[in-house]
Amino acid sequence: MLAQQKNLEGYVGFASLPNQVYRKSVKRGFEFTLMVVGESGLGKSTLINSLFLTDLYSSEYPGPSHRVKKTVQVEQSKVLVKEGGVQLLLTIVDTPGFGDAVDNSNCWQPVIDHIDSKFEDYLNSESRVNRRQMPDSRIHSCLYFIAPSGHGLKPLDIEFMKRLHEKVNVIPLIAKADTLTPEECQQFKKQIMREIQEHKIKIYEFPESDEEEENRLVKKIKDKLPLAVVGSNTIIEVNGKRARGRQYPWGVAEVENGDHCDFTILRDMLIRTHMQDLKDVTNNVHYENYRSRKLAAVTYNGVDNNRAKGQNSTKSPLAQMEEERREHVSKMKKMEMEMEQVFEMKVKEKVQKLKDSEAELQRRHEQMKRNLEAQHKELEEKRRLFEDERANWETQQRLEQQKLDASRTLEKNKKKGKIF
Amino acid sequence: MTDSAKLHQPHPPPKGERSHAGDFSYVGIDAILEQMRRKAMKQGFELNIMVVGQSGLGKSTLMNTLFKSKVSRKSAQPNPEEKIPQTIEIKSISHDIEEKGVRMKLAVIDTPGFGDQINNENCWQPIMKFINDQYEAYLQEEINIDRKKRIPDSRVHCCIYFIPPTGHCLRPLDVEFMRRLSKVVNIVPVIAKADTLTLEERDDFKQTIREELRANGIDVYPQKEFDEDAEDRLINDKIREMIPFAVVGSDQEYQVNGKKLLGRKTKWGTIEVENIAHCEFAYLRDLLIRTHMQNIKDITGSIHYEMYRVRRLNESNAGPGLAPGQAPTLVPAHTNGQTKVNGGPPNGMAAQCEVLTHEM
Repeated sequence: MLAQQKNLEGYVGFASLPNQVYRKSVKRGFEFTLMVVGESGLGKSTLINSLFLTDLYSSEYPGPSHRVKKTVQVEQSKVLVKEGGVQLLLTIVDTPGFGDAVDNSNCWQPVIDHIDSKFEDYLNSESRVNRRQMPDSRIHSCLYFIAPSGHGLKPLDIEFMKRLHEKVNVIPLIAKADTLTPEECQQFKKQIMREIQEHKIKIYEFPESDEEEENRLVKKIKDKLPLAVVGSNTIIEVNGKRARGRQYPWGVAEVENGDHCDFTILRDMLIRTHMQDLKDVTNNVHYENYRSRKLAAVTYNGVDNNRAKGQNSTKSPLAQMEEERREHVSKMKKMEMEMEQVFEMKVKEKVQKLKDSEAELQRRHEQMKRNLEAQHKELEEKRRLFEDERANWETQQRLEQQKLDASRTLEKNKKKGKIF
Repeated sequence: MTDSAKLHQPHPPPKGERSHAGDFSYVGIDAILEQMRRKAMKQGFELNIMVVGQSGLGKSTLMNTLFKSKVSRKSAQPNPEEKIPQTIEIKSISHDIEEKGVRMKLAVIDTPGFGDQINNENCWQPIMKFINDQYEAYLQEEINIDRKKRIPDSRVHCCIYFIPPTGHCLRPLDVEFMRRLSKVVNIVPVIAKADTLTLEERDDFKQTIREELRANGIDVYPQKEFDEDAEDRLINDKIREMIPFAVVGSDQEYQVNGKKLLGRKTKWGTIEVENIAHCEFAYLRDLLIRTHMQNIKDITGSIHYEMYRVRRLNESNAGPGLAPGQAPTLVPAHTNGQTKVNGGPPNGMAAQCEVLTHEM
């Protein structure tokens, strides 16, 4: 039933809804995550500094370009910027070491892993019971820096973009665009766009809107893709006015001059007009892709492989989950039974062993007792012998004593003069 | 010359007489220079330059600028579309150019596909093989019993290596390549597309590169050990302070201050290629062509080629009955007192390549 558009007869007041949303968002603050990818030396750090007018990589905290990297790493740096009462928590994800080694196969893997892990974090926090705080650390856009060779895309560029265009909003940029003359730049851009279409790479597309005015602007931007940028944070005097630029012996390349490079277009697009759209596309398209892929994989793994493959797609996820749960429970029961059996067996064994050892102990006890008895008897025997000997000896002693007494009395009698 | 002739003369000649016809003190030894000049003009010179670097660094443009004519592979190719080849190819284009009666046979050897793949492991192998093949061809001609009067010289005299202007440091690929190739050929590193760097960035970058080259033991042309005397050393030291040259190439002319000059025109200014304040192209050209060309050829011929030759002949002479493919024993090289260990896999040609890449 289509909702019919009704005309109001008076002022209701819901026209102030945008204001309410605005106030709430301002209070809450915004988050934006930007990833920069490219070979070292293409001016990524300088561009970030120029875009947000901050020194993300200052001399105290040297950026990745000054550190030698052996493998591709993924580094995050957060910065809180405030402007006009609006807070923006800006996260820059840098990838030092990308494309720098001699062998660059799979140098995109850490990047892909990082993006997936951010999606997974968000998925987990979405599926939690308590969802009050859902920090959004998903990567909203990826700026890919193309070296200004003037010819076309390198195999590494094509490989990387092909793998990442379905996971994140890829915005290709031509780095260090002050190398190219205007004609070379045009030709280079055309060549790149041609190759992007040839390899069916889906870079970030600006949305078409209903307004004619906006459409014209969007079309102008589309004609200039990929944007050729120059970054700089040093202020130079040009014709009496101060501007950011790069000083050469033959002139000054101004960063904010639309004739010199497309920096202003990038800045406007990224920050002033399309930031919300980037976040929306990330949420609605890339994140959903990830989510459906992940959940489909989980449910597929849970189902028995013998069943017909056609069945899986028709079941709703809830039913799938129920079945999974049931299976899981039955598996658990089986495991429990098995464990009990094993346990019983073990117990029996142990009891048996104990009995055996008890018998053994008993036997030994008996034996020891017998030994003791034998020893006891022996000792008794010895003692008797000893007693006999003693008795003998004593009798002998007595006899000897008697003899001695007798001889002594004889002597005494003799002495007494009984000498006859 | 005339003075030394005078010293041996018993009677000093009367002053004022300068005509050679009646001058008894003039022998005419200095006329040999004139004879050599005439012969050289008739024979002509040969120069083989190899350009190595990632695609898009301006190699072909620089070659065109150096010789002020369309000598590069791009100009010879009818199809202007640039496709990065899947494997490294080696393309050699020869030209005969002439200036003031002096003829030169210039060969520009290009290496499309170097360093462009995702996996650049061993991308220097085809290049080393090519250089060694040229040495081999020359050697074969030399040891021929019936050899030509003038052996065609296709040896690579000089290899210009293009460093991308990142502004930070040398990439691992650059270091690896230069380390291996500085042992077989004269390498001249240049910073390509130098209009990307401001002057301070340029100086910092050069400093970093020089330190890295020194740290890795890479000897680029002009090599310190081949300086012949103090005069040479002075000149070469000045050059060594400036390498690598930051160059910008262009084959289009623009009007600047009423003069027609080669340059690049951007919205914020015009870069003049031959202006020393803008880039160092003039120094490179002087080095390669105006002052050190003969020196480069000499070093290639007498040092690099001789090293190759000694190694090669020792391999094949490793012993009677030993096929050239078998592993030879320790051999002291005659040049510069360095000892090289010749122990490699049993493959005649591959052994050379292996020995060349063998760490000493």
